Amino acid sequence: MNGEMSEHERYAEDLALYALDALQGEDRARVDEHLAACAACRRELEQLRGDTALLALSTTGPRPPQRARQRLLDAVAREPRRPSLVETPTRHSWWGWLGWAATAAVVIFAASLWRENSALKDTLASASSQAAKSTREMEELRRIAAPILEPEAQRVTLVAAKTPPQPQGKVFYLRNRNSLVLLANNLAPLPAQKAYELWLIPTSGAPIPAGVFKPDAHGSASVVNPPLPSGAEAKAFAITVENEAGATTPTMPIVMMGAGE
Amino acid sequence: MTGLKSSDQGAMAELYDRYSSVVYAVALRVLGDTGAAEDVLQEVFLQLWRKPSAFDAARGSLASWLAVITRNRAIDFLRKRRPETDIEDVVLSVAPDLAGEAELARAAEKVRGVMGSMVPAQRSVLEMAYWEGMSHSEIADKTGEPLGTIKTRIRAGLIVLRKAFQT
Repeated sequence: MNGEMSEHERYAEDLALYALDALQGEDRARVDEHLAACAACRRELEQLRGDTALLALSTTGPRPPQRARQRLLDAVAREPRRPSLVETPTRHSWWGWLGWAATAAVVIFAASLWRENSALKDTLASASSQAAKSTREMEELRRIAAPILEPEAQRVTLVAAKTPPQPQGKVFYLRNRNSLVLLANNLAPLPAQKAYELWLIPTSGAPIPAGVFKPDAHGSASVVNPPLPSGAEAKAFAITVENEAGATTPTMPIVMMGAGE
Repeated sequence: MTGLKSSDQGAMAELYDRYSSVVYAVALRVLGDTGAAEDVLQEVFLQLWRKPSAFDAARGSLASWLAVITRNRAIDFLRKRRPETDIEDVVLSVAPDLAGEAELARAAEKVRGVMGSMVPAQRSVLEMAYWEGMSHSEIADKTGEPLGTIKTRIRAGLIVLRKAFQT
């Protein structure tokens, strides 16, 4: 016990320097090595960092200039989005013109299969037969989806004769799988710095943001599996026009809306 | 933070509105230059956008974490060195609840009081190390005190701050 205490004591002062980011080179490497093996010193380092936070928070000063906010939001907008969140229409511009139900069903089912498949692969030893089954099913879906997803496919939207094309949107939402696909077409072009935003209107509570998107040159757009809270029960969906960074509450007017069919 | 973890730019704007004052104040205190402080502000929020999972809400308030990240980045900037620590590795544990503006203001007032009550030699060592990013050997050279004394004072100063919030 005494040995352990002296070991910690020996590192105590270096940990304070480490917390201040003031240890370099060999000194730092030595502490890193000790930290990797010593939970008590890791906890102490966390506490010391917390102490430095108190010091930092004691300072006050002027607010940042107004332009800094826009500069940040512009930079954020330029950052690449992470995969499997909101898809941009430039990547999948063909979607808007495809068969709604077929595409959405394939996408949602393939996405859930992919998830199941990934999870299954992690436990392949215990579930190899199920994984193989999922893989076979996904291959089959890919085969079915291929003619729909080919970029060179001819895309035609049929409407009642003599009806001018209207903006249309279809949402496919699987609450228990947290999966959502929006396919829209004939959307009006947007002013600069603006985007459409989809909202899930829950049975109770405030509208939930369900993806920001911009239509392509043909007015087509899609949103695939936006981040959503688990199991939100949808009463309706709506689309508004927002700043391109997206909003957390919808700005009136609602440009498109629909309840369940 | 839930919104940010799902790449919601609106959530980013909200976080900026809530915490940019803290981040900017810390950066400006270290750098003393508004342009450089704005650059650090930008970098800190972009890092949060890129790696929202780096912040562990179970270990303390976002304000505390951002303050630590900002101070470290500002010192890197001041000393023209590459960042030594990845933000994901900056884990901290803060005892007081610093979630709201009122709590932050109260804590700041208390810290200033504790710093004011420290013996001047200890306070100045802590300030040189923290706000100027001076190494213990640089402080020892400047003050003419032994290296061991400087190290002890830095740690003891931080512990004094911690204890003030434990009572």
